[in-house]
Amino acid sequence: MLNYVLRRGFMALLVALTVSFGTFALFHFATDPAQTIAGEDAPQEMVDEIREQYGFDRPVLVQYGDWLGGVLQGDFGKSYFWKQQVVELIQEHAKVTILLALSALMVTVAIALPLGISAALKPNSWVDRLALSTAVSAQAIPNFWLGLMFIILFAVTFPIFPVSGDATWKHYVLPSLVLGASSVPAVMRLTRTGLLDVLSSDYIRTARAKGFMGYRLILQQAMRNALLPIVSVLAVQLGHKLGGSVVTESVFSMNGLGRLAVESIFNSDIPTVQSLILIFVLTFVLLTLAADLINAWLDPRIRMG
Amino acid sequence: MTTASILDIQDLSVEIPTDSATLKAVRGISLDLKRGETLGIVGESGSGKSMTALAIMNLLPPSARRAAACINFDGSDLTHSGERELATKVRGQRIGMIFQEPMTSLNPVYSIGRQLTETMTLHRNVSGAEAEQRAIQLLEKVGLPDPASRLKQYPHELSGGQRQRVMIAMALMNEPELLIADEPTTALDVTIQAQILYLLQDLQKELGMSMILITHDLGVVSRSADKIAVMYAGDIVETGTAEEVLRNPQHPYTQGLLECVPGYRGNDAHRLGSIPGIVPSMTGTIRGCAFASRCPRAVDACKTDLPPRKQLGPGRTYVCHDPDATRNQATFGAEEAANEVAVELPKTPGDTVLTVDSVSCTFSVRRGLFGKRKSLKALDTVNLDIRKGEVLALVGESGCGKTTLSRTIMGLQQPDTGSVSLGQHEISTLPAGQRARMIQPIFQDPYSSLNPRKTIGDIIGRPLVVNRIGSKSEQLAKVHKMMEHVGLPRRVFNSYPDQLSGGQRQRAAIGRALIMDPEIVICDEPTSALDVSVQAQILNLLLDLRDELDLTYLFVTHDLSVVQHMADRVAVMYLGEIVECGDRSQVLSNPKHPYTSALLDSALSISPDLSVPAPGLSGEFPNPMNRPSGCPFHPRCPVAEQQCREEVPKPEIIDTTFVKCWKARTFSHQAKHQ
Repeated sequence: MLNYVLRRGFMALLVALTVSFGTFALFHFATDPAQTIAGEDAPQEMVDEIREQYGFDRPVLVQYGDWLGGVLQGDFGKSYFWKQQVVELIQEHAKVTILLALSALMVTVAIALPLGISAALKPNSWVDRLALSTAVSAQAIPNFWLGLMFIILFAVTFPIFPVSGDATWKHYVLPSLVLGASSVPAVMRLTRTGLLDVLSSDYIRTARAKGFMGYRLILQQAMRNALLPIVSVLAVQLGHKLGGSVVTESVFSMNGLGRLAVESIFNSDIPTVQSLILIFVLTFVLLTLAADLINAWLDPRIRMG
Repeated sequence: MTTASILDIQDLSVEIPTDSATLKAVRGISLDLKRGETLGIVGESGSGKSMTALAIMNLLPPSARRAAACINFDGSDLTHSGERELATKVRGQRIGMIFQEPMTSLNPVYSIGRQLTETMTLHRNVSGAEAEQRAIQLLEKVGLPDPASRLKQYPHELSGGQRQRVMIAMALMNEPELLIADEPTTALDVTIQAQILYLLQDLQKELGMSMILITHDLGVVSRSADKIAVMYAGDIVETGTAEEVLRNPQHPYTQGLLECVPGYRGNDAHRLGSIPGIVPSMTGTIRGCAFASRCPRAVDACKTDLPPRKQLGPGRTYVCHDPDATRNQATFGAEEAANEVAVELPKTPGDTVLTVDSVSCTFSVRRGLFGKRKSLKALDTVNLDIRKGEVLALVGESGCGKTTLSRTIMGLQQPDTGSVSLGQHEISTLPAGQRARMIQPIFQDPYSSLNPRKTIGDIIGRPLVVNRIGSKSEQLAKVHKMMEHVGLPRRVFNSYPDQLSGGQRQRAAIGRALIMDPEIVICDEPTSALDVSVQAQILNLLLDLRDELDLTYLFVTHDLSVVQHMADRVAVMYLGEIVECGDRSQVLSNPKHPYTSALLDSALSISPDLSVPAPGLSGEFPNPMNRPSGCPFHPRCPVAEQQCREEVPKPEIIDTTFVKCWKARTFSHQAKHQ
């Protein structure tokens, strides 16, 4: 087991470093950071001076090493655009995003799992059809549109929740629903097909021959097997929510990491963008790792393989 | 034995609706089983045996529909029991069930211990500790060493044979009155099969259980069953005691099945009997006898009128018109068999075409990132030669290195030391194309070894295209000729593999192998995925083709009856070594190695007056990673002595037979049985 954790952890670190170096290099080849800092119309001497002063004339690998060394000591650099330490910026925005992502995940699980399970228990029944049509429509409806409709319905027509912002828990209800709904189709379908697969397997037939039926058959025999792919997909979905809920954050005017990233990109704020990418990648990689570990705990074949 | 019935089934039908029509999987069968008795249900795949077994406790797939006049189990009618009543009162408690696939029938994410104990705690008010006690007892009884520590293990840590033992223990947790075993040994090696059947027989006597044993293997059923029901196309076509049915079969189908079994006609018969065609699928209104289209005795009435059930005595029935006009008509290619005997000439050994010269193959296996590398010796100084025109059988249990050896011979696996040479050439130095022209394989599973997206014509002609042999029209002509050779009708040229039956697919695989005119054909268990009637067709075909095309076969198999029928010479493998190799008659009738002798004992021929013999081999096939010292066979060998444990036996030749055993000169197969 320890062996497994170490191996996966090592791989995760490798992936994170590769992606962050890739984006770092891309930025340096695609844009000229000295020009960005100096401004569009600055004279060439000034740009050159900034280039030398900031060390942009050194090889990319050296610059990356330099930056990474800082990151390891908690120094993510200073934002060109916000004129603020990147660490502070991220701290300010991360709280909103984490809260939003976690509550959205709860919405997804609360809708998708029961719906998927009941659909699998009675394939081709009305529950199944309801679940599948929910999935199709949820997949077809764009996030921003659903967000706007929610605002019109629950904030304007019936003013139950606030229209925008991130001050109180009430501000999070509508965005969580919108963001959570976007993952429902994938998770629901996976629960349904996964459970259907498991239920038609030989070992479930064995369990039935032993006298298992009803909820015991599902919970004590089938569910653990069906959970494996669901855990993996939930991790990816949570990663998306933590990294890229740009649309939802924009529609509800929430000051999360997604919006910070977009604005930093528009303003070519390289230190912020780089730091955010590193954080997004690390989050993703760590979540996948967590999913793998949960799956290893659930399934002895992974644990001992 | 009391005479009270424990199970009485009347008029049971199972129907499975499909998109196009409703399939009648079981058609109004009646069965009767007395307390303590074993009923064997035999038939080919698709005959409805498994559906019958599942129908008893209503474990059928959700789409299937069951109907029955009654399923009387110990006085109560199970047709009236709802799902809840079946689950809480019958399943796993009074009726236990063992399934065919030990590899997939245990829940992979729960420990053996949990899966055993829950069977008991689910139904009875017992503590976990009591259930665990019982589980340990049963695991011990089914012959798993160190049962207490097994409880913590997971299914994937056990071998197929071990898992099947766990399945049996699980079915017995609540001491059921009836045990239904659906092909319990089909997926296992012959040695394990004999152990499991012996175990079931033993447990049954001890616990006074009744048993329904479902199998396609007539040898198995002849040894284990008191009564036999032969199923065909969803109907029971013949019943009687094992003795009556196997000694004096009345239904042409039963006769045909027996004729197909290698060895049934005597070892000298050149050809096996075979049943032409395949089991028809039963849809729509059934007219006439379902077997009529394949029956050599069929007359017009058979095709139009439902056959009557004839009673010969108590419990002895068969369903057949039994037309007088064809009463003495020879059945199933027997006249050919009579002709063939004269044709068989004593064979003079041909020149050696292929030589395997002290080939060793070691794989390095590592567990985990930081685990130690361990070496796995798959082949250990193997010497073998194959002579022109012969059939050399390679026999051994799974894991013994048969596959590695055949891969090495085909040049797909580089040996660490030693060489394989074909005529003048060393295999490893030949370019792939030339190698393929000389050696071609036929694989075990015709369902997965043919590309599902190519037509049969494409598949057979593919080697010609790959190696650019001949023009388009020449290739086409060759394919057509080959299809004729292997007995494929012209119309399947444009069919896809999934439109063909298993036998036809294997014919296509044979055609593909032979189209290059190879020197040597490597047949890797070519019939073990097939029904016995189809197996007979394929074996006949392989022998015919050898005579017609002057072929040489390396025949890899675990089935000794097939070896007996096909082989000129036999090589027996154990843990990567050839332990005995010689002429078929020598090796099979007078084996010099105790392992060969044990294999022979495990092979169950059809003999209803014999029971399953006590297993001659103790224990399981060892893990090749932990090779025993000295003679690798010594831990399981009945005659092993100190020398065997310490020194690796020297190869020697005794009466033209190669053998590797310290006791070969004193060991006698016959003496063991006196």
